[in-house]
Amino acid sequence: MTDYIGMTLLVLGIAFTLFGCLGLIRLPDVYNRLQAATKCVTLGTCGTLLGVAILSGSVSIALKALLCGLFLLLTAPVAAHAISRGSRRAGIPLWSGSVVDAMKDTAPAVDGSPSEPRAGG
Amino acid sequence: MRQWISWLLGAVALVVLVGWVTIRPIHPPSFELLPYAGLVERVLNLLVVGAVLCLLRVLFGPTAADRIVAVDILGILIVGICGVLALTTGRSWYLDIGIVWALQSFIGSLALAKFLEGRRYDD
Repeated sequence: MTDYIGMTLLVLGIAFTLFGCLGLIRLPDVYNRLQAATKCVTLGTCGTLLGVAILSGSVSIALKALLCGLFLLLTAPVAAHAISRGSRRAGIPLWSGSVVDAMKDTAPAVDGSPSEPRAGG
Repeated sequence: MRQWISWLLGAVALVVLVGWVTIRPIHPPSFELLPYAGLVERVLNLLVVGAVLCLLRVLFGPTAADRIVAVDILGILIVGICGVLALTTGRSWYLDIGIVWALQSFIGSLALAKFLEGRRYDD
């Protein structure tokens, strides 16, 4: 039973990670890519590490995996927030279909050229 | 129209690659004796596929922020690879490497984000 729970967590984690990387390739804008990739890949890697902690029999691997997942869960949103704030302050243009720009008053104006959606894969 | 064709080609290539790697994973022969070998080698192959997608974004990213985001995600993927390797080999120091890699990746992302604020977007 424990084996099946751990394997399910591993498979769910790798599915979330692959969908996050697909969003990193496919979405049209820096900000869209950032939110898709960071949330999906962080959750997927935490699921993978939780599955490793359940499947492994030894205490040291389980404790280190839980610690690593907790650390990722604490630091990845901070890094993503810093990157998005820095890129908005650097004046990187938003996608033409964006509906709201919360830093319109405090950040420099973006250039009129919206970034084109790029093909990948 | 041409954009739709290139998206379709990319989707077909990705589905074929993921299916191939899931059905017939690439692994060293010494993996067959280890515990959870069949699951772990598929997970490792799929993580490498995700890392290749991140490297494509590093290669073709139009702005510097895209490259920074892709490198950040690549660091998180490498932490996952370290965890899976620790599971199948039973050596817990792989997770030490993972913790230190996560710390360095976090500090590097913060430094690159601060560096980005005083810079134009076309490089």
